[in-house]
Amino acid sequence: MITGRFFASGADRRVLFTILVLLVVAVLVPVLNLAVPPDSMFHVPTFMVALVGKYLCYALLALALDLVWGYCGILSLGHGAFFALGGYAMGMYLMRQIGDRGVYGNPLLPDFMVFLNWKELPWFWYGFDQFWFAALMVVLVPGALAFAFGWFAFRSRVTGVYLSIITQALTYALLLAFFRNDMGFGGNNGLTDFKDILGFNIQASTTRSALFAASALALALAVYITWRIVGSKFGKLMISVRDAESRTRFLGWRPENIKLFAFTVSAVMAGIAGALYVPQVGIINPGEFDPSNSIEVVVWTAVGGRGTIMGPIIGALLVNTGKSYFTGALPELWLFALGGLFVCVTLFLPKGVLGLWDQWRDRGARRRAEADTPPPGDAPAIVRATPAAPAEHRALGAAPEPQPAE
Amino acid sequence: MKMPQVLAFLFALFAAGLGPVSADEAGLRQTIARFATAKDFKATEAVVRELAATGDPAVELVLLALADGNLFVRKSDSAVFVGKETGQSVTLSDPLTGEKVGEVAKAEITKIKVNNGLRRVIRDLLGGLTLGSTDPAARLAAADTMFRTPDAANIEALDAAIGRETVASVKTRLEQARAASILVSDRSDEDKIAAIAVVQARGDRDALSLLTAVVARSEGPVREAAEGAIVLVNSSLVLWAAGQNVWYGISLGSVLLLAAIGLAITFGVMGVINMAHGEMVMLGAYTTYVVQEVIRTSFPGLFDWSLAFALPLAFLVAGTVGLAIERGIIRFLYGRPLETLLATWGVSLILQQSVRTIFGPTNREVGNPSWMSGGFDLGQMALTWNRFWIVLFALGVFAVLLYVMKRTPWGLQMRAVTANRRMAASMGIRTPWVDALTFALGSGIAGIAGVALSQIDNVSPNLGQGYIIDSFMVVVFGGVGNLWGTLVGAMSLGILNKFLEPYAGAVLGKILVLVLIILFIQKRPRGLFALKGRAVEA
Repeated sequence: MITGRFFASGADRRVLFTILVLLVVAVLVPVLNLAVPPDSMFHVPTFMVALVGKYLCYALLALALDLVWGYCGILSLGHGAFFALGGYAMGMYLMRQIGDRGVYGNPLLPDFMVFLNWKELPWFWYGFDQFWFAALMVVLVPGALAFAFGWFAFRSRVTGVYLSIITQALTYALLLAFFRNDMGFGGNNGLTDFKDILGFNIQASTTRSALFAASALALALAVYITWRIVGSKFGKLMISVRDAESRTRFLGWRPENIKLFAFTVSAVMAGIAGALYVPQVGIINPGEFDPSNSIEVVVWTAVGGRGTIMGPIIGALLVNTGKSYFTGALPELWLFALGGLFVCVTLFLPKGVLGLWDQWRDRGARRRAEADTPPPGDAPAIVRATPAAPAEHRALGAAPEPQPAE
Repeated sequence: MKMPQVLAFLFALFAAGLGPVSADEAGLRQTIARFATAKDFKATEAVVRELAATGDPAVELVLLALADGNLFVRKSDSAVFVGKETGQSVTLSDPLTGEKVGEVAKAEITKIKVNNGLRRVIRDLLGGLTLGSTDPAARLAAADTMFRTPDAANIEALDAAIGRETVASVKTRLEQARAASILVSDRSDEDKIAAIAVVQARGDRDALSLLTAVVARSEGPVREAAEGAIVLVNSSLVLWAAGQNVWYGISLGSVLLLAAIGLAITFGVMGVINMAHGEMVMLGAYTTYVVQEVIRTSFPGLFDWSLAFALPLAFLVAGTVGLAIERGIIRFLYGRPLETLLATWGVSLILQQSVRTIFGPTNREVGNPSWMSGGFDLGQMALTWNRFWIVLFALGVFAVLLYVMKRTPWGLQMRAVTANRRMAASMGIRTPWVDALTFALGSGIAGIAGVALSQIDNVSPNLGQGYIIDSFMVVVFGGVGNLWGTLVGAMSLGILNKFLEPYAGAVLGKILVLVLIILFIQKRPRGLFALKGRAVEA
């Protein structure tokens, strides 16, 4: 039954393909890493597993942003904050797992607290020695923050650019806060020097492969959930809020509730991405809250194609591969490339590489259709949630022109 | 020694010998000559005290030179000179008259050694000596020194000085110094209580520490009077501290105003989110750096005028870049604010990296012209000139911009386009040009803000990044499309920040301000001064 729906339309086929690829990768890469001897050409080195695992976390973050930006029209410039909060929750668990193997050998206090001459554990560190509690916090803390923030922001109808700017202020405020030593989160250095996760050595290649598989599975699950949300009636409401918020409101819906739901779900997804990211890179520090990181996430989504499910994943993988290459080979050119990417994508690729691919394929199909006799009328009705540029929703024939920020 | 210098030296000796030498001067010269035979610091100090005891202002030169380590003895004849080291040679001059005597190699002379104890003695003694100086500033400094190190022995000298003092401000200080001296003397309680009143009127930290010392060592009515005075001084100090905080707040606010006012135009009037705004500020700062480099290498005399050259250039550079961005990128994105935000963010990355490639990643040094360095006191508040000028400059820029917007045809067109674009276009206003020029104006203003900020901040490729979030906060807080809103927003955020700082610390204060702004926007999503109109939300 459900497979029938998978094949119902082009977009859905694409989602199925994505999920399948992720599931295959989740199994295949660990196998290639662990079971294949290192001198074989099919062997995947451990550093590659960690690197791609990191990219998958980024992809999950980009997908989370896509849910609010691509489908609901909320450009959040603070999604890195939810990512980092999830990461900190996981980092606190990993910190407690070090136990008395730290530099100072204190069984209760993490090293930085001993260094700061603290005598007892702050209350907000209680419970983080249990994995289930940390896992709960990974979901709850970003979710609760997003809920509280969205509750206030969407009710008072803070929209568009204003919302983007205050989300940026949110992550900036958190950045400043987490830099402080007396916040109890390790200050400037953050949390690092992890040893174990669930009793397994975090450096071991088996653990790394497991984390990789977990990231791929989490991403596959997130793709499925996003697809179900977007495909539901609720998803149609999200898209209508994106395209014409006032009209949706006049029709009797409550846009603030719709946005609040999308924003909270998205924040939870970002938090999970952060929690999977931290054990794979081995550190979390306040730099993750930097507003420029959050803006970079936006460009991943934009490059891949917002308002699609596959787009942000492709975008995150592409941009980060490019980043790894540039920062290694031509470090001074990376910012030029990234900046140019921002400009080019917004000017020439408003629908991302996925949109470009569709356009190219459509054109090819049309040309073939013109060359041959038109096929009998079985053209699939592709219902795809690609965002039209807002300008197209304006009065017909209106040329693009500045709008005072009212 | 070269012939002319020998002649000059001989002539100086001749003149010194035959000129109208007073008995005093001959005596002074004898005393000064004894520096050459002083074997240790104690002996030198004895000579210093003897010189100071003469009370002749003429010894100031030699004592100052001694304190600075510029007093030399010539090995050949044990004569004492004031010297000025220039490379390998030393220019000698007469210790009393300061006339130039000649130039010798370093090997021909020995320096008279001083230590910190001796320097302190000299400074204290000079304090008394300079009471008779002809320069009011020197007399003022002397009075202040005597206030800080009161000595009952000074009272007569001070009385005499007060009697002949003509400058009112110096006279007040002298009276305060006299009061301080009375408080350490064994005069009657009435005198001391009167003196406490004088000291209290001074009302600064020095007065406070003096009064605290009085409380510690006296009793009875004097002690009570001193305690009462301390309470009064403390409360006035609190007021001054609040005033100082307001000043810091205004100073920070004017920096925010400078950074945000260009944004108020591009964002407020045109609705363009220019994330590269901070980089326009940075370009202005680097323009200042380049101008100063050119002036340093080619026209060193014009250094004080460097900012005057930098201002129009920075306006042009940033304005041109802004014009290019508008024509090249932004005009294709009108009506799509979120895309504009991303594209301009990309531009900001490119600009940053370009500057980093051209000028290097490290901070560049931009100097303060002489009229911007140093500071002055206003009551108990310490103000620095560069902050002072920046406050004035920010207000000046604001006034000019207000004039342009309200009183010039261009400003009229800008406001017309903002109010109703189609109607303005129907009236024959070329709206694309107004857009481009408005954006260039906003960017140019950011450029001249960069000139000002280069005076107080590090000039590095990251300069703009530090201001972009703050500027957006100011504009959003003040209300979009309203220059007055930007002014009020900048000043209130600046002052709020500085008042939170003493209680919460700098970082926590800033976080609190950000949280307050986020909450404020919930309450008033369009800022303090929202534009009123019928524009329907998209």
